[in-house]
Amino acid sequence: MTTTVAAPAITAKERPGDRVFSTLTVVASSLILAVLAAVAIFLVAQSMPAFVAESDDFKGDATNFWSYVGPLVFGTVWSAALAMIFAVPLAIGVALFITHFAPRRIAQGLGYVVDLLAAVPSVVFGLWGIGVLAPALQPYYANLTEWFGWFPLFAGPVSGTGRTILTVAIVLAVMVLPIITAISREVFLQTPRLHEEAALALGATRWEMIRMAVLPFGRPGVISGAMLGLGRALGETMAVAMVLSPATIISFALVQSQNPTTIAANIALNFPEAHDVGVNILIATGLILFVITLGVNSIARYIVGRRKAFSGAN
Amino acid sequence: MSKRIEVNDLNVYYSSFLAVEGVSLTIEPRTVTAFIGPSGCGKSTFLRTLNRMHEVIPGARVEGEVLIDGNNLYGAGVDPVLVRRQVGMVFQRPNPFPTMSIGDNVLAGAKLNNKRMSKSEGDDLIEKSLRGANLWNEVKDRLHMPGSGLSGGQQQRLCIARAIAVNPEIILMDEPCSALDPISTLAIEDLIEEMKQEFTIVIVTHNMQQASRVSDRTAFFNIAGTGKPGKLIEYDDTTTMFSNPSVQATEDYVSGRFG
Repeated sequence: MTTTVAAPAITAKERPGDRVFSTLTVVASSLILAVLAAVAIFLVAQSMPAFVAESDDFKGDATNFWSYVGPLVFGTVWSAALAMIFAVPLAIGVALFITHFAPRRIAQGLGYVVDLLAAVPSVVFGLWGIGVLAPALQPYYANLTEWFGWFPLFAGPVSGTGRTILTVAIVLAVMVLPIITAISREVFLQTPRLHEEAALALGATRWEMIRMAVLPFGRPGVISGAMLGLGRALGETMAVAMVLSPATIISFALVQSQNPTTIAANIALNFPEAHDVGVNILIATGLILFVITLGVNSIARYIVGRRKAFSGAN
Repeated sequence: MSKRIEVNDLNVYYSSFLAVEGVSLTIEPRTVTAFIGPSGCGKSTFLRTLNRMHEVIPGARVEGEVLIDGNNLYGAGVDPVLVRRQVGMVFQRPNPFPTMSIGDNVLAGAKLNNKRMSKSEGDDLIEKSLRGANLWNEVKDRLHMPGSGLSGGQQQRLCIARAIAVNPEIILMDEPCSALDPISTLAIEDLIEEMKQEFTIVIVTHNMQQASRVSDRTAFFNIAGTGKPGKLIEYDDTTTMFSNPSVQATEDYVSGRFG
């Protein structure tokens, strides 16, 4: 820039409506930041004693905080990852069916049903998991260990109740399905008709058209939806606490009676009896969960942002 | 490489509404045929029936036959997917796939037929198609960039490159220049003139100068009133149509007296 003689600045006329509205938006967005900061400060401040706690302050045989939280972190990530493996393909399938394959009337009905799933409280899912799903799946788990026991994931001995991490993952998948489906459905519907026609006019079949136009266009939306779902799966408390028979171990085995539990479920189960530094330890595990969720969201943002030029938004 | 189109007594319906009635015409190979007429007269609808793209619109159906080198497009057991690989289409608004690079856009259709295309084959086809669409020199250094970064006219030529990469016999163009500036329009018109050597081209246009510039034959469609079906009024050599048409309505339309 070259230096120029400052011309008298022309100021736009400020109207009261504009000023009120802009103040409102500033307040609203600052409030979010303030709440987030308050939570973060609370977590950090209250967790401090946990990091220096003595080994007999911990339940089980953990000697320090990290050996205590390790299995919990593993259980949280592992159960959520399993849930996503089930839920994401299913959600994409349901969303594609609703948007591109089903007759209009069926599509609408199915859309409502999926949204209704989102309204079921997690306690109900927990009851269903413990009362219906676990006993129903147990015989299949027995078969799995019998036939595929050589594969580490399905190693025995099989759980007698069916209350395993696999059951939990299925319950979690059902819980996160509606949100991923709803968001995928919305973005698939927004695929420009022009792009769909372009694909069809090139001689694409319906599936090829979906792969060429619909899925790439919807990809950022599907990822966002999956991340929202993952956030819920990572933080889900009641359903996991009710269904899982927990242990403090790190194990990939899916159908044994010893299962790694999750941070949220562990807090819910132990908080009523916790006292003194025990409370701080649980809060510190909450801080770790907070960090995990933050990390997951950042990764998702990075993935979505990486190919911005190809996103179709321009 | 190019084929004759013969349409016999074709009716197009949207559900129960008759949109186009009783069209019969023959389009010779390696010619450019322009469809002109006022908005809503069914020329775009009719164009879409030539590669069964009207079937994308719910409720649309046809009666009658469209023969391409003697084979009825609407015969039993004819796959619309294969029809569209023979009869390519360029749309009113440029529509390159925004999620693909320029190069991938060109190959998008061709890869459907030939899934295991080698890198060098693919590169050759990209160059050949882009040269065919007069776009090569402008984009050869940025084939990996998104197609949506090009100008409107370049995007439209990219769409033409994408269509010819599939190696069709006929190319349908639905008002390909209506969203473009005059310079880009000229580029596309020159391109149509060159592509005539290889393809049979059918173009819908609202621009009568364009029809007279690019086409060998012109078909005039008209509609008696709203709610009435569109009909083919006159079909003749372009020079005759614009200088000495045999129907009064055609003369009124091309001379700008209505429409």
